[in-house]
Amino acid sequence: MQWDKLHCAATLEHLVLVTEFVEECADRSDLAAKKKFGALLAVEEAFVNICSYAYPEGSGEVEVACGADGDAFVLEVADKGSPFDVLSLPEPDTTLDIMDREIGGLGIHFIRKLSDRVSYRRENGQNILRMVFQRTPVDLP
Amino acid sequence: MDMQTKKEENATVVTIIGRLDAVTAPEYEKKLNELIAGAEASFVVDFDQLDYISSAGLRVLLATAKRLKGKGGQMRFANVKGAVKEVFDISGFGSIFQMDDSVDAALAKLPA
Repeated sequence: MQWDKLHCAATLEHLVLVTEFVEECADRSDLAAKKKFGALLAVEEAFVNICSYAYPEGSGEVEVACGADGDAFVLEVADKGSPFDVLSLPEPDTTLDIMDREIGGLGIHFIRKLSDRVSYRRENGQNILRMVFQRTPVDLP
Repeated sequence: MDMQTKKEENATVVTIIGRLDAVTAPEYEKKLNELIAGAEASFVVDFDQLDYISSAGLRVLLATAKRLKGKGGQMRFANVKGAVKEVFDISGFGSIFQMDDSVDAALAKLPA
């Protein structure tokens, strides 16, 4: 598959750059509007989590990669912070008031709900979150 | 994101336009805090032209609604629909806000 990649500093001012990059890539991949919304929300949540927590000592970089792979639109967000699997966080208790929930918990909840598959791996000193969105609805006969 | 405010007889209508995300959410919070500090007690937030919201947006909506409630005020949301409505639903706390199908319907439910 053909990957499009974007590198930028992990600071909130780059959020627009990241979402526009993913939107253009999703459009080239013919991702349906609803799935595209999910991908844009998921990439914001992943990026903001990295901006907030990946580099407590200072600044660092984010790599966003996306592309079409058969029926799937694949989106990966990577940082070079300490090993941390964001998917290891418990599901938020949605009966609790949002202000009382674990910080970052709602963002990862959105990632889980809006992607069709999500996985984490540690590779070459990077935390990589991989999110997959189906490109085509399943046509029932 | 753009924001417009309009004073009606019994409330201030705040229209939010575009994206309420991690970058723009602080603008919303600042504006609402100013209005609350200015002694406005009733608000309608109009979502008709809001295309996008993330967890950071939901957080400031709730934080300002709570601050207002602490001061005895009320806030209602109008025209929450489409993808934005879906985000409210997935978050599991969409039901804690008071929702109406139009700004007029929301205004009618606030104290005269």
